[in-house]
Amino acid sequence: MMKHVLALVVGVLVGALAVSALLIYNPLAGTRDLTPLSVSDQTLMQLNYSGVAEASIAYTNDGESTTRPHPAKVLQLWEGPVRRTDAMMTVLSDARGRNVGFGIKYMSDSEKTNIINGDAIVDSVWHIVLPGRGTLFVEQTENYWGFLRDVVLPAHLSAADSWKGNWSGNMTAGPGALGTARVIGGSGEFAERTAEAVESRTAKAYSTRQGAIALDGQIMIEMGEQALAADNDAP
Amino acid sequence: MFKTFIFGIVLGVVGTIVAVLFVPVVDQARENSVITVATNGGSAEAFYINIPTDRIVVGAPGDAPKLPSGLAWPDELSAASADMYKLRNVHNAVIGVASRVVLTDVEQGDVVEWVLHMPARGSLYIGMDVDNIEGGARLGTLHRGTREFSKTQGAFSERWVAADSDDEVNRGRIELVSRFVSIQQPASVTE
Repeated sequence: MMKHVLALVVGVLVGALAVSALLIYNPLAGTRDLTPLSVSDQTLMQLNYSGVAEASIAYTNDGESTTRPHPAKVLQLWEGPVRRTDAMMTVLSDARGRNVGFGIKYMSDSEKTNIINGDAIVDSVWHIVLPGRGTLFVEQTENYWGFLRDVVLPAHLSAADSWKGNWSGNMTAGPGALGTARVIGGSGEFAERTAEAVESRTAKAYSTRQGAIALDGQIMIEMGEQALAADNDAP
Repeated sequence: MFKTFIFGIVLGVVGTIVAVLFVPVVDQARENSVITVATNGGSAEAFYINIPTDRIVVGAPGDAPKLPSGLAWPDELSAASADMYKLRNVHNAVIGVASRVVLTDVEQGDVVEWVLHMPARGSLYIGMDVDNIEGGARLGTLHRGTREFSKTQGAFSERWVAADSDDEVNRGRIELVSRFVSIQQPASVTE
């Protein structure tokens, strides 16, 4: 009798592990490397930021996540309705590396998350402030599946509790029909303009104790001729 | 025993698939939305931010006070300031986070904007008038709403409400009131 129970338990574990492995390493649920903006003939505005919490102006979450809030005394989001939300205020630089403004990003785990489809969805918005130019708002759904599978999971499986390598991928998965983010201008040269955007990340080091150690983010916003003129006029 | 093992594998496969399909991975906690019908049609909703207890970040240039201690405001952002807060409903329950940005721009004019982010509902991007109206309130307009608010348009107001004398913790609170109508409806939004 004990042998049968043991065989059943081992069988259940083997079956569960097999399905889990299939879901995690599902080749159809991969990172999207190509976006419609890659082949756009419109002008693209590039904004870069560091994805490392310590490099931000401020970063907060529930205080129990891998990524630690920064500065250490920042108020944490421990209440139920905001517990699964991260908030970041960070400096944004342009393609030439000049600090051109800052952005506030809110990221909340989405109830659209679907493991079967390889969707680890985060609802996020950016409030982008570029002094001298204006303000923008970016609405997007991001899919962290590729990042979790290729960076976070290997870090947890590693004996050193860390991952090093070179990973890059597009995070934006919508809400645009082609998997792009929606952008609306709020003021200045962007006022009442609409555009599309894609956010991508490049990771080089991750620790299960500290979170991202070397992580850069990039927002590409498809702009028109007016923005191009402003970019060229910049010193 | 081998048949039992095979049966176990099938059970494990089916059980895992059923769990993945029917157990929600993310279930955002929700507070009841407290929305009233506005007199001109549409809906009105009030949000509150207790000062100072709901302040997450106070970022400002120069020697202006900052929060939390240790926060470094970049020198390049001398024309901007930004605050981040916890956002509450009329029952004083935290329902989201919010940020208020002020941009001082000589050429393009000053800018005051809010972003309200409610994880279970969506976000609001609001542009405010620079000047206050009589009574100290400031009016604004919804630029964009997401998810629950994606098909709405309307007006917004902010004002400072001093605390009662028996409140020993907070000096007061920021009151934010939205007055939105559905985009599908004939829009007739006034303050």
